[in-house]
Amino acid sequence: MKDFLLVFRNDASAAPQGSPEEMQAWTKRWMDWVGGIAAQNKLADRGNRLVAEGKVVRPGKLVTDGPYTEIKESIGGYTLIKAASLEEAVSLAEGCPILLVGGNVEVRQINPM
Amino acid sequence: MSENELIPHLFRTEYRKITAVLCKLFGFEHIEVAEDIASDTFLAASEIWGLKGLPENPVAWLYTVAKNKARNFLKHENVFHNKVAKQLQHSGAGGEEPDIDLSVQNIKDSQLQMIFAICHPSIPLEAQIGLALRILCGFGITEIADAFLTNKETISKRLVRAREKLREENITIEFPAPAEINKRLETVLTTLYLLFNEGYYSASDNSTLRKDLCLEAMRLTYLLMENDSTDTPAVNALLSLMCFQSSRFDARLDQSGEVVLYDDQDVSLWDKELIDKGSYFLHRASQGSQLSKYHLEAGIAYWHTHKADTPEKWENILQLYNHLLQLEYSPVAALNRTYVLSKANGKAEAIIEAEKLALDPLFQYHLLLGELYTGINNTRAAECFEKALTLTHSAADKKIIARKIGQCR
Repeated sequence: MKDFLLVFRNDASAAPQGSPEEMQAWTKRWMDWVGGIAAQNKLADRGNRLVAEGKVVRPGKLVTDGPYTEIKESIGGYTLIKAASLEEAVSLAEGCPILLVGGNVEVRQINPM
Repeated sequence: MSENELIPHLFRTEYRKITAVLCKLFGFEHIEVAEDIASDTFLAASEIWGLKGLPENPVAWLYTVAKNKARNFLKHENVFHNKVAKQLQHSGAGGEEPDIDLSVQNIKDSQLQMIFAICHPSIPLEAQIGLALRILCGFGITEIADAFLTNKETISKRLVRAREKLREENITIEFPAPAEINKRLETVLTTLYLLFNEGYYSASDNSTLRKDLCLEAMRLTYLLMENDSTDTPAVNALLSLMCFQSSRFDARLDQSGEVVLYDDQDVSLWDKELIDKGSYFLHRASQGSQLSKYHLEAGIAYWHTHKADTPEKWENILQLYNHLLQLEYSPVAALNRTYVLSKANGKAEAIIEAEKLALDPLFQYHLLLGELYTGINNTRAAECFEKALTLTHSAADKKIIARKIGQCR
């Protein structure tokens, strides 16, 4: 088994907003998806969500707001999973609810130091 | 209570107290002596009480005899005497005649310290459970062998090895330092949790013994809860879990000793008082920010005390299992979560998830698949049940599975 990082990207301005019931249903989708990976003993670390606002530090003391000046997409969170191959990691990522709202998941194998 | 009933009863309640206090005094170097003195005390009681009748205060009688035997031992063991005398002087208790303190407080303290000593991270888990049953719970070798479905020789050997391990590792009978308590408690709670489960899920047919195991695990957890420095949220959560689970003890078996599945249980046989206690400890467990797996399991057990099949119930249980699996994977939790998924989200989704679990060696896995396919694809369901049947050796399980095969034909 190898570890893979799943990076969730979405259009920050299009983050799901709705009634408390809709938000609850949205949370449930995520929890059921992560729970399903954990039930296969393939969750390495649940990871975390990221706050939308951020800064990017560039050479020459250039600090800009957020990584999304040119692109609207930003990283909303990450999770670490265990899989035998990149293909298997991809098939686990295919169940991610972010795909239902126009987001995407980047799947990257961890290369331990 | 007649003398015939009284001695076994007192053995169960007092043997462990005498052993804990003496062992604390002598150290694990002489653990066998402590156990022998406690056993000899009961032997003396059965001989003398049989001839002279019951003393006025049987417990006090036992303590006096145990104290005298301990004093004799200390007097006659020269090397040992010097060692203990030094220790006693060191602790300010000094003098030639050591005070063997069988007060309520010292018994409690000794037992708590003994729990920490036995449930030590360097002692293998199996040995911890054996020692806990023998020394903390006062179970006989036959009873322990019965609980583990093995023979007396195996258990005796296991206990000898476990005692050797206690000495090799130089484990002392004392409270862990305050900074270490939470870490050490984790090992203690794991052992108590397994002890309880051994009673609750054991394949042993002896239901009285199984109930005793559960009660003992609860008593030890209660001791931790009563002590300020070990009265943590996780301890309360475990105690809550144990109360909720054991509330169904009497409903789980019918009059002929046959297993009654949850869905078929008579709710009027559930122990209301234990359910209330479970809620009380769960409330105490929710103070603070600590969330242990016992909290989640207690939450799951709480919802199981609601018999009615509501969407709210299954949704709550599903999320608790999702959370539990993220904290710690176990095949049982994975199987249960998938069953609950079928209740909350429907069988179609649960079947897809179940097929991914890859727990083929477990009969419970095929049982779950059979359950999910029942009513959707009965041929497939029957195949799964057949497979489960070939993988279990328990007569009770075989009976239940055979009934299910009959239902899908």
